[in-house]
Amino acid sequence: MAENVEMDQKVYDELIAAGKSERIARSKAKAAAVRAKKEAAGEKLGPREATAEAPAPAAAAAAGGDAPAAGGGGVATAERATGTGGMTVEERQARVAAALAAKGDGAANGRGNGAATRYAGQDHTHRLLAMVPPDGIQQIRSKQEDKVYVWPHLIASEFIALMAVTLFITALSVLPAFPLRELANPNITPNPSKAPWYFLGLQELLRYFHPMIAGVTIPGIVGLLGLMMVPYMDRNPSVRPDNRKTAITLMTFFLLGAGMMTLVGSFFRGPGFNWVWPWVDGLFFEL
Amino acid sequence: MSRIPAPDELKKRVQDNVVWKSVFRPGSIYRKGYRDTSRDRALAAMNNVLYHLHPVKVKRHGLKLTYTYCLGGLSFFLFILLTVTGIFLMFFYRPTAGAGNELAYADMQRLVRVVTFGDLVRNMHRWAAHAMVFTVFMHMARVFYHGAYKPPREFNWVVGVILLLLTLLLAFTGYLLPWDQLALWAVAVGTSMAGFTPVFGQQVQFLLLGGVEIGPETLLRWYVLHVLALPFVITIFLAVHFWRIRKDGGISGPL
Repeated sequence: MAENVEMDQKVYDELIAAGKSERIARSKAKAAAVRAKKEAAGEKLGPREATAEAPAPAAAAAAGGDAPAAGGGGVATAERATGTGGMTVEERQARVAAALAAKGDGAANGRGNGAATRYAGQDHTHRLLAMVPPDGIQQIRSKQEDKVYVWPHLIASEFIALMAVTLFITALSVLPAFPLRELANPNITPNPSKAPWYFLGLQELLRYFHPMIAGVTIPGIVGLLGLMMVPYMDRNPSVRPDNRKTAITLMTFFLLGAGMMTLVGSFFRGPGFNWVWPWVDGLFFEL
Repeated sequence: MSRIPAPDELKKRVQDNVVWKSVFRPGSIYRKGYRDTSRDRALAAMNNVLYHLHPVKVKRHGLKLTYTYCLGGLSFFLFILLTVTGIFLMFFYRPTAGAGNELAYADMQRLVRVVTFGDLVRNMHRWAAHAMVFTVFMHMARVFYHGAYKPPREFNWVVGVILLLLTLLLAFTGYLLPWDQLALWAVAVGTSMAGFTPVFGQQVQFLLLGGVEIGPETLLRWYVLHVLALPFVITIFLAVHFWRIRKDGGISGPL
């Protein structure tokens, strides 16, 4: 339908001469042509067309000093007299107010049906449901962040890290580090018998507490459950170290304690899990 | 005799054919016409099965080595390294023990002395296991000190603690498999504590050991846990962990 509308060449040339873009000039010229045709056919014009010719006084009043001089209270299609880029918020508000006023005008003339306005020669109605604030209902725009492309920046550094670790592990593995002991024999207990290093902190705790405390309560309740509940217990929203002194102190205490226990269990416990000085009695530690 | 094409010409011929283009998706740096533009950089991350674990862009501060120390990534990489070396070791190991049938220990001896690269791969597997326990611990400390468990990342911290537990279990189950004195007694000390679980102590220990004390059943049980059950479970939790990092907005912001 829109394709077949011829345009008003005079309006088009004027707008082009006024420095409008080709797209705007073309659409305005087409609108002008349609308007002229309808007028010729004697059709009654809707507020949209009518205001372009005869600005409603109420609209101009509502628009105040910010209203465009020529178009008055036109709706979104009205041409702005200034023609200097986008509208300001005040201008937009003035236009909305003007459009509403024009609508009220139409109702008063007995043309409209409440808030709905019937366009001339068109079947669909247009109903104003709500005022939309000038900056829209939703702000979908994401905040600008200082970001970089994963490729190549992150992937490059990750690749270097992976290569470094592979080299490190391979270099360590060339050295003989894990000699195979004698066949497992439940009847011969080595002295000392030690757990793997990551459990030596717990084994050290066994020296001080009943096995139920050291072996179940502390690792299970304090360790696992306590750690899992950290985000639900610490409701402080700040991530700045200055604001989280309690949390940092508690965790540091916990980590240092675990590290100390592990170190003591690893290097300072010898036969019978009794205290030894590693530089005097030698190491009783196997990975 | 036709002349040998120049390297540029050769590259063009290799890249500009149906097979090559079917293998490397648009945006691949190996595909013809890759240019260092925003579009192709984005496609390089999006259209690659490995890289699309990452978003197209990350926060610049996260690139600094001293922010993450790459600990989470290294933990995952060590898991991959352990999987690869572990598969190699599985070719030479049978989890069988018991009087007159000490296959596990015999296979370990053969692996160390006879199998080509057997000792090297075994050492790599063992070092990587120790390293992984360490990096997972350090990763947890790093995340805590950055407050990275705070909303919306609370649940991912919980998943992380589960991953720490699974890592420890994987390391510990693997510790028994050589079936030598060190393995047996380290595990004996570790599991003796499970017997002190309130109410269900005996049952828990029986379940863990497959008997009242460590024996051939324990070895088989821990082998299956080590090579199949626990890796299966940890892979699921890893997937959730990585997915949540993306959904929760990438790594935590600068302090």
